[in-house]
Amino acid sequence: MQFYGTPLPGVEQESYSGKLIVIEGTDGVGRSTHTALLRTWLESRGHAVLDTGMTRSILAGRGIKEAKTGHTLGRLTMQLFYATDFIDRLENEMLPKLRAGFVVLTDRYIYSAIARAEVRGIDSTWIRSTYGMALVPDAIFYLRIGTAQQLVERLLSSGRGFDYWESGMDLHLGEDFYDSFIEYQTRMLKVFDRMTGEYGFHALNASRSVRSVAADLRKAVMRVLDESGPAAEDNVSVIQPLRDKAGPSKPSTNLIDLNKKVLP
Amino acid sequence: MISYGQHQFPGKLFVVEGTDGSGKSTQMALLYQWLKAEGYPVFFSEWNSSPLVKDTTRRAKKRHLFTPATFSLLHATDFADRTERDIIPPLKAGAIVLADRYIYTAFARDVARGCDRHWVRDVYSFAVKPTMAFFFRAPLNVAIDRIVSGRPSLKYYEAGLDAGWSDDPEESFTIFQGKILEEYDRMVAEFGLTVIDASRSIERQQREMRMLIGPHLNRKKRVRLN
Repeated sequence: MQFYGTPLPGVEQESYSGKLIVIEGTDGVGRSTHTALLRTWLESRGHAVLDTGMTRSILAGRGIKEAKTGHTLGRLTMQLFYATDFIDRLENEMLPKLRAGFVVLTDRYIYSAIARAEVRGIDSTWIRSTYGMALVPDAIFYLRIGTAQQLVERLLSSGRGFDYWESGMDLHLGEDFYDSFIEYQTRMLKVFDRMTGEYGFHALNASRSVRSVAADLRKAVMRVLDESGPAAEDNVSVIQPLRDKAGPSKPSTNLIDLNKKVLP
Repeated sequence: MISYGQHQFPGKLFVVEGTDGSGKSTQMALLYQWLKAEGYPVFFSEWNSSPLVKDTTRRAKKRHLFTPATFSLLHATDFADRTERDIIPPLKAGAIVLADRYIYTAFARDVARGCDRHWVRDVYSFAVKPTMAFFFRAPLNVAIDRIVSGRPSLKYYEAGLDAGWSDDPEESFTIFQGKILEEYDRMVAEFGLTVIDASRSIERQQREMRMLIGPHLNRKKRVRLN
């Protein structure tokens, strides 16, 4: 068990038998899709999986969502609220499951939080020290996309539209959500690129089809789990659990065909 | 991000610190009345008062959701909101800000609960350094008597029951307050806290505070109130 900085207080530091796997990337890059696909695939191979992600903590999730609706969240306050959410999930979800031998899949980890803080001019040493209690994961997959324009295309095709925080509107970077989004996400991409070496991200080109990204991810995850054999077959249909709502251990029966492109 | 000790504001920040039952809130209220009467623009900021974080804290306390780390981080979140909203803007505007409990409360409690001393200080490094920080030092038994006799029962986190030192609330509270006092004593030199002997009369303590604060006040900053 290895921490980035100061270890969690009161936690026994013996090693765990599970694996901590992180899926990182900017907004709209397909993290949720790939987390969900990986989960089902891992479960079909007999692994117990916990999937988690930002603002899903019992302690702080609701509070963050409420604070974000009001757009009154200050820069430092936001970072610390997210850190609270993260540590609550680390202590109460991730760590117990890792000890129980689960594969813990996390949609974003501390890197998104650090990138958001840095783009907002917050001291990079401070934010790293605050998140020093984070466990060093077994693997970090960074779904990388080249430009903010490509993210916009994805955003439009998903029908989600522009979100206040994903567009960095609190930073007043542009005339409107579009301009702001481009500037904000461009800055985020730059920080992620810088962190790739710092934290040893395994970068995957996410501008390809869902199928080929998923196939690469499976191969890489198999290496992390020390498994061999055919990783990702073509023409396999997979069961995709519903995002967020599925609950910790209830796979749904939402069939999608990987040969069809989910995103253009 | 501007760190502790580096902010330059025309306003003044005075804080009171001390264990529960040391009488610091009483002294703060008297100070507030005096400064108001003298015509200074005064703002008051209390520990644990951010409207953004309040519901989360209340729920977590009720349902015992905290660990030492999340207890520390959520209180830091609350403090950051107060800093960004209630402390920095009035200080920039040249007002006097009075804070009932400040970062030293977090340093004392969180370290007593087992958080790393350096880590907690790093987390709060964005805080504005006070013009003066008063530490109301009361002997442990005095503070404990005041709290225990004044309340029907000690609350879970207040008594430090989460730390598992003892299942008996009163015993746990005594151990917790002892550890907190130890941390405060250590911080007197580290942060230059002004120690006020809280076992003396209320009037005498107040006179001493006013005397110490006086030289920091700029009489030109007074505003006429109708």
